[in-house]
Amino acid sequence: MAITGQEIESSFLFGRLTLDKFPLDVPIVVGTFAVVAVGGAALVAVVTYFRLWGYLWRDWLTSVDHKKIGIMYMILGMVMFLRGFADAIMMRLQQVWAFNGSEGYLNAHHYDQIFTAHGTIMIFFVAMPFITGLMNFVVPLQIGARDVSFPFLNNFSFWMTVGGAVLVMISLFVGEFAMTGWLAFPPLSGIVASPTEGVDYYIWGLQIAGVGTTLSGINLLVTILKMRCPGMTLMRMPVFTWTALCTNVLIVATFPVLTATLVLLALDRYLGMNFFTNDLGGNPMLYVNLIWIWGHPEVYILVLPAFGIFSEVTATFCGKRLFGYNSMVYATICITILSYLVWLHHFFTMGSGPSVNSFFGIATMIISIPTGAKVFNWLFTMYRGRIRFELPMMWTVAFMLTFCIGGMTGVMLAVPPADFVLHNSLFLVAHFHNVIIGGVVYGVFAGINYWWPKAFGFRLNEFWGRVSFWCWVVGFWVAFMPLYIVGLMGVTRRLRTFDDPSLQVYFAIAALGALLIAAGIGAMLMQFYVSIRDRDQLRDTTGDIWGGRTLEWSTSSPPPDYNFAVTPVVYDVDAWQDMKEHGYQRPLSDFKPIHMPRNTGAGIILAGISTALGFALVWHIWWLAAVSFLALILGAILHTFNYNRDFHIPAATVTATEDARSRALGQAGQTA
Amino acid sequence: MIRSRSLIAAIALATLAGCSSEVLAPSGDVAAKLRDVLGITTALILVIVLPVMVAIVAIAIRYRKSDQSEAKYDPHFHHSTSLELLIWAAPLVIIIWLGALTWVSTHKLDPYRPLDEETRGVEADAEPLVVEVVAMDWKWLFFYPQYGIATVNELAAPLDRPIAFKLTSTEVMNAFYVPTLAGMIYTMPGMETKLHAVINEPGEFKGMSSHYSGAGFSGMKFPFYGLEQEGFDAWVAKVRDSGQTLDRERYRELLKPSENEPAAYFALGDEALYHDILNRCVEPGQTCMDAMMTDGAGAHGMDPGMDNGEGGPDMGEGGADMGEGGAAGETGSHEGHDAMPTAMPSDEDSARAKPSGPALTNQYAFLSQN
Repeated sequence: MAITGQEIESSFLFGRLTLDKFPLDVPIVVGTFAVVAVGGAALVAVVTYFRLWGYLWRDWLTSVDHKKIGIMYMILGMVMFLRGFADAIMMRLQQVWAFNGSEGYLNAHHYDQIFTAHGTIMIFFVAMPFITGLMNFVVPLQIGARDVSFPFLNNFSFWMTVGGAVLVMISLFVGEFAMTGWLAFPPLSGIVASPTEGVDYYIWGLQIAGVGTTLSGINLLVTILKMRCPGMTLMRMPVFTWTALCTNVLIVATFPVLTATLVLLALDRYLGMNFFTNDLGGNPMLYVNLIWIWGHPEVYILVLPAFGIFSEVTATFCGKRLFGYNSMVYATICITILSYLVWLHHFFTMGSGPSVNSFFGIATMIISIPTGAKVFNWLFTMYRGRIRFELPMMWTVAFMLTFCIGGMTGVMLAVPPADFVLHNSLFLVAHFHNVIIGGVVYGVFAGINYWWPKAFGFRLNEFWGRVSFWCWVVGFWVAFMPLYIVGLMGVTRRLRTFDDPSLQVYFAIAALGALLIAAGIGAMLMQFYVSIRDRDQLRDTTGDIWGGRTLEWSTSSPPPDYNFAVTPVVYDVDAWQDMKEHGYQRPLSDFKPIHMPRNTGAGIILAGISTALGFALVWHIWWLAAVSFLALILGAILHTFNYNRDFHIPAATVTATEDARSRALGQAGQTA
Repeated sequence: MIRSRSLIAAIALATLAGCSSEVLAPSGDVAAKLRDVLGITTALILVIVLPVMVAIVAIAIRYRKSDQSEAKYDPHFHHSTSLELLIWAAPLVIIIWLGALTWVSTHKLDPYRPLDEETRGVEADAEPLVVEVVAMDWKWLFFYPQYGIATVNELAAPLDRPIAFKLTSTEVMNAFYVPTLAGMIYTMPGMETKLHAVINEPGEFKGMSSHYSGAGFSGMKFPFYGLEQEGFDAWVAKVRDSGQTLDRERYRELLKPSENEPAAYFALGDEALYHDILNRCVEPGQTCMDAMMTDGAGAHGMDPGMDNGEGGPDMGEGGADMGEGGAAGETGSHEGHDAMPTAMPSDEDSARAKPSGPALTNQYAFLSQN
């Protein structure tokens, strides 16, 4: 019943941080640290040797160019993906090992951190950066804009996301991460049950990244509403932009809920308040509701842009306008609204009455109607098309088939009586991996293969892409079908050891599947490496490698800093296709100077200070918290006095750039 | 890919049929009905999902560009009102069907609803076996108030007799789950959830916590025995004669976190123990939450560790406020009870919770009850 939990020693200089907080006794962590340290040192050495620090700082880290920020988001997502996947492999290994009285190779302290970190990282620092990165890169190009509405904010948002990721990564080597599951339900995450720093790392990591996500949501929302080129009415926007719009509406409306919830949890933990405690009027059910009021829309935040990607890919590779554009848009809006009305289906088993459970169950099923309509729309886009099975289209068809199963198991779980036996089971785990991997991850991979040529001017290697595709698609089913099966046998999630030896074979198959996926990831990295190595053979000079239909394909690949030398004018859905059909001529002269935002280091500096503040709060290093908080305020105020924020690209430079593009197009033997 | 998928599906079905799943082949009627709902739901969804999957494959093959056959290419086919009506209506029909099933089955199979004679083996006037469940770090404590016994990590019930579970937790959330018996239900500190079930066939079954609760979670398992009446009586006698008595002192020992705890038997030495665990007043000087709710006496016996000297009187007011809030909830809002487990049971709540409370006469009686 103690309010403050057990007493933890604290010094002025280092707070609660002591030498024994460094997990030097855990070989896995020490080994990982050695690899990270060697890799990091090698990276620093390479950058120093090639004298790239200045280039990195000027052209990337301080860049406010939405394209570069988008690419940096993708790199962040990929790096964190490797971490999150390493956690996944470790879990699969533990679960296949810990049978017949064996404890496996991970103790509870380590295993419980791993599954918590896996979920947290995969959602917040893999899926979110991937989705945000693609939106950042593509949306301004699709709406004919030169950048987002608030370019500095974009840079700041990105670095805040990095700051949160850094804090979570630090927890691997300094102290420990939360051992609560990825949503950190109290009372388990309260100060009584979790007195150490793990949950604090979770809270501050997510809060810092959450600032970035919220600001980026506002930024993209305003961009889409205010920066569209002339003629691009809402109902002429590309579907990806539509889904991005809906996703950012969801972000702006729901991430503040997450922030508030975590603030309340932090108040409980730091100041002995009792929002979610067992005593003194606190109620943990409040947290469960609040976190899922954020958490369910979050699922749609991730999957809606993926739907948008599939829509673009399907239309492009079928050589056809998307079937049922209007109903696709309305389906997206329906999902956006309904996603707020279903959160309770995550805890039918918490004792709500049958009417409440029925309401949320039926509301959940209703979401499958617009989702089903989308699947049909893609299907009828393929119908009477000329389907080119390039990599993005392969991912799309794999998604459609995978998502049918994921959607089916989702509706099964939406029926409360069925959920009573499947909730918290490995069936549930298989279900949400089915929709998140089959939906979001496949969507991101389709998007990477689709827009890589736009971002870098050369396409990705086909062979390694296909290897990766097949490893992933087969590996996914081998990894998760056994989990569906054991879930139907009543095996629940987050278990570290097992009694029933007959289950071991399923976990062995699942581990095999995870290895196949690992091969898929390896092949993908190989694909990137080979493509960069052979970039001259894979070069695309047309800027429109796939025969695209939307405005991003009207620019060069990679697009110039200013995206469009002359702002395009739109007359129809699929604007670029429309322009091509009407014999559009690219303007070649009479360019005007282009007004652009100037790069600034303020974003990375403020985010760095925020990360220091987070670290200080995690370890109760109050002097550092005070100093960094003041520095943060001061830095933000100082930034407002920076009036050197914009510049003009001279008309001569624009002309030179556009002339170079004309020459490139001439080489490609095309006229645009 | 398609071939490998159907192969996997075939293997899956074969293995499922071969192994004993307590979810798919339960020995209790409530779980069997839940399983039936699961089956009907799956079948209903397959009605639409299977044709769609077949269509995806067929269309993907037929309209591929590398195929030189004469499949029609019509780049302007992007709108068809009748088709669009169909693609919204087809899922809608299934969902209406499924929604009706959901509404009825959710009410019929509400875990809070006492069993009636529609349940297999249950007679109309059967007196339920009351089991009070406490999830602890990391073990299960079961009280049998009608028999004056308690057990740790072992549960038994006679065949065909309704079981009325009342569940709570000491410090963190868990979920009580005996797959063969019924669905899972959360256990939460300071709150009571309920579950009704029956076991129809004898045997030893799995019981577990299905909601992660910390380091010892994996070991929070217990066997559940379905026993004939004589066997159950013998089991009760065995538990009672174990020589151990569960009183507060023994309970304090149990409170210490422990993992993979073996089963233990007790005669119940303290009738009020479950009530006091639920109301968080096991230790002398602590005010029970139900008392706090009714008389606002929250000022007394609050946690001594609270370092704010003003805390006592403040909490007194807080307690009184909560009392009023609770009363308002009782008279003004019925949704509260529908939406939440019986949190911080007040006297009225306790009355509602008693198994001797008004029996439900039909499946929608819950509406009038609430």
